[in-house]
Amino acid sequence: MKSILKYSALVAAAVGMTASVAQAEDITVVSWGGAYTQSQVKAYHQPWMANTGNVINSEDYSGGLAEVRAQTEAGNVTWDLLDVTMSDAIAGCDEGIFEAVDHDALLAAAPDGTKPTGDFLEGSLGECFIPQIVYSTVWAYSKKAFPDGGPQNIMDVFDLEKFPGKRALQKSPLYNLEWALMADGVPSDQVYDVLETEEGVERAFAKLDTIKDQVVWWTAGAQPPQLMADGEVVVGTAYNGRWFSAIAEEKQPFEMIWYGQALDLDGWAILKGGSKKDTVKDFLKFATDTQRLADQAKYISYGPARKSSAPLVGKHAELGIDMGPHMPTNPDNMTEAFMTNFDFWADNKDELNERFQAWIAG
Amino acid sequence: MANVADTMPDPMTGEDGIPLKTKLRIAERRNRIKAALLVLPLFAFILVTFLVPIGQMLYRSVENNIIADNLPRTIELLSEWDGNNLPPEPVFETMVAELKIARETKEIGKIGKRLNYEMSGMLSLFKKSGRKVRKLETGPYKEALIKIDKDWGDPEVWATIKQVSDRITGSYYLAAVDLKRSPQGEIVAQPDYKQIYVSLFIKTLWISLLVTMTCILLGFPVSFLLSNLPMRTSNLLMILVLLPFWTSLLVRTTSWIALLQSEGMINDLLVTIGFIGDDERLKMMFNQTGTIIAMTHILLPFMILPLYSVMKTISPSYVRAARSLGANPFTAFWRIYFPQTLPGIGAGSILVFILSIGYYITPALVGGQDGQLISNLIAYHMQSSLNWGLAAALGSILLAGVLVLYMIYNKIVGIDNMKLG
Repeated sequence: MKSILKYSALVAAAVGMTASVAQAEDITVVSWGGAYTQSQVKAYHQPWMANTGNVINSEDYSGGLAEVRAQTEAGNVTWDLLDVTMSDAIAGCDEGIFEAVDHDALLAAAPDGTKPTGDFLEGSLGECFIPQIVYSTVWAYSKKAFPDGGPQNIMDVFDLEKFPGKRALQKSPLYNLEWALMADGVPSDQVYDVLETEEGVERAFAKLDTIKDQVVWWTAGAQPPQLMADGEVVVGTAYNGRWFSAIAEEKQPFEMIWYGQALDLDGWAILKGGSKKDTVKDFLKFATDTQRLADQAKYISYGPARKSSAPLVGKHAELGIDMGPHMPTNPDNMTEAFMTNFDFWADNKDELNERFQAWIAG
Repeated sequence: MANVADTMPDPMTGEDGIPLKTKLRIAERRNRIKAALLVLPLFAFILVTFLVPIGQMLYRSVENNIIADNLPRTIELLSEWDGNNLPPEPVFETMVAELKIARETKEIGKIGKRLNYEMSGMLSLFKKSGRKVRKLETGPYKEALIKIDKDWGDPEVWATIKQVSDRITGSYYLAAVDLKRSPQGEIVAQPDYKQIYVSLFIKTLWISLLVTMTCILLGFPVSFLLSNLPMRTSNLLMILVLLPFWTSLLVRTTSWIALLQSEGMINDLLVTIGFIGDDERLKMMFNQTGTIIAMTHILLPFMILPLYSVMKTISPSYVRAARSLGANPFTAFWRIYFPQTLPGIGAGSILVFILSIGYYITPALVGGQDGQLISNLIAYHMQSSLNWGLAAALGSILLAGVLVLYMIYNKIVGIDNMKLG
């Protein structure tokens, strides 16, 4: 006992005034809530708190940067780390409300020594963004409506004759324009080149016109599975995790159409002006290492953003389902899949959204 | 009063020799201070939570410092540019210098974002150029910048920068009414495919009016019943009015979805009893109809409560008197009873109308394609596009609209005639 005391006194003396890092500290980590935050708490927060003795206050928000911007403008930053989509991370970085990060210096290397810049998926790192997961917006159909096999690809979901019935689409130009072009014959890797042109945008809207009066527009992620369960729609788009929980957990008779899924990234951004940088960085290093990212997939069907995590993805913690095939990153699910072009949307979001709103009301 | 006191030859004094007038004045002042102190917390509260935010919103809708702060010398040089061809070499040179600084101070994203509101593509132009100008040491800068991105060779880009250089701008207000400034500086309409706000303002006013009317039509008989039944029964009915009032807004909205959607309970019932066929189910949800139904239900208590409290005070003897003087039931109601309920209708209408003009959650959930209101777009610009200037301009216009309607109401009905009970 005495020696322990002596030892800890020695350490304290050695570390001296900079010991604040080693002391237990509270940090506020903000995420989307629900099943998603739960998967993070189990895979990241709890083991880190057990290891370090620090405490994480987990808060929920509903996305968007309005609250963060209000906090930074008021000079009263109470959140330390924020879970954001890549496009919000880019916007927040442009706004100067997120901290720029050096990924190789900050994050843990892969078990085989690969640097983070080589281990994270290509193009997934942002100036202020540390990716955690790959998720996708993806189509699915109701097996009740099409017992003999439903639509198999994007061309089919735009085909009202072959597959009649209502479609649930997100009330946003994002992905709807891309899919309209794909249904019109544009290969997924050329979609953004076509959308850059005025004719391309017109072509996309013209294709959307063909299904417009059969669309039910959704705004919240929980809506499309509900609409389909109610029989309100027969085909629709939603986040892949939402379809997974409807199918695997609630046993709904839905079938996913992985063809042409739109991939997006979600991850961490550090708020500028926070006072607990060292603790936050320590947590980030832990929470984004290879094992932790693979662990999260036990609780939710989103794909880890590190290549080295993919082989470690195991079974669902409660359902015992092998999670590999349910990952958006699974090679079998990648037919005509495309990654969101964040630069394109950063430039054109405002204008295309106005066009989309005018189109929808017209 | 003071004059009367002054002309008094011998002012009355108290026992201590101080004139009564002075003592009274002291006592009155003390009371005034006490009263002011009592009001002070409320005044401070209103100032902090109401007046200051509104002032901030108004300021934000015209504030435009970002370009003037970060590209001051470029703007100065651009002011001498005629706008016809490309600006001369010195403009490019200062732009490169100021881009370098803006890159260092991390302001470049904000500059690009502000300009992107006026012209799509400016954000990536500035971010890309900011990354690449670091290596630019010697001129000619014109060629070098155009080599980085050919957009720098587009006079419209420079005209846009020149246009948004003012520290106070009306461009958010222009955008909020579907107008914009052309590169030549004239105010022109947005292209057809981008015009949304004016029609949305009109639709918002229209739906609010419709909701107010249906609330009057539905609320009036209920309030009449409530105020004329014996206390015991009317209290019971009152609970039926208040129960939904106390229930969460989201719960009420989603229950309407369950009831009205095309696979919902009402349609199922109609199909089961054979009233309509399975393939001709009524569309009552995710459109304007759904928005109006759900909003009317949610706002109905705001009409019933003021109407009820006004009707409660109307003495039944007036109608009895009218009847005994020979008026038929309708005349007695219309000429005698109804005018006395006007203050209640006025109060209820103002409450319902102003609440529905800013309604947000319900139209977002049940509005579908055509049931969206202006508040949904304000929220979009607050949360998603972060174009707070435009959100503030839209909000200010809404505020001005409400004030104008309030004034019209005051002119026609008179605000003194409004009663909440």
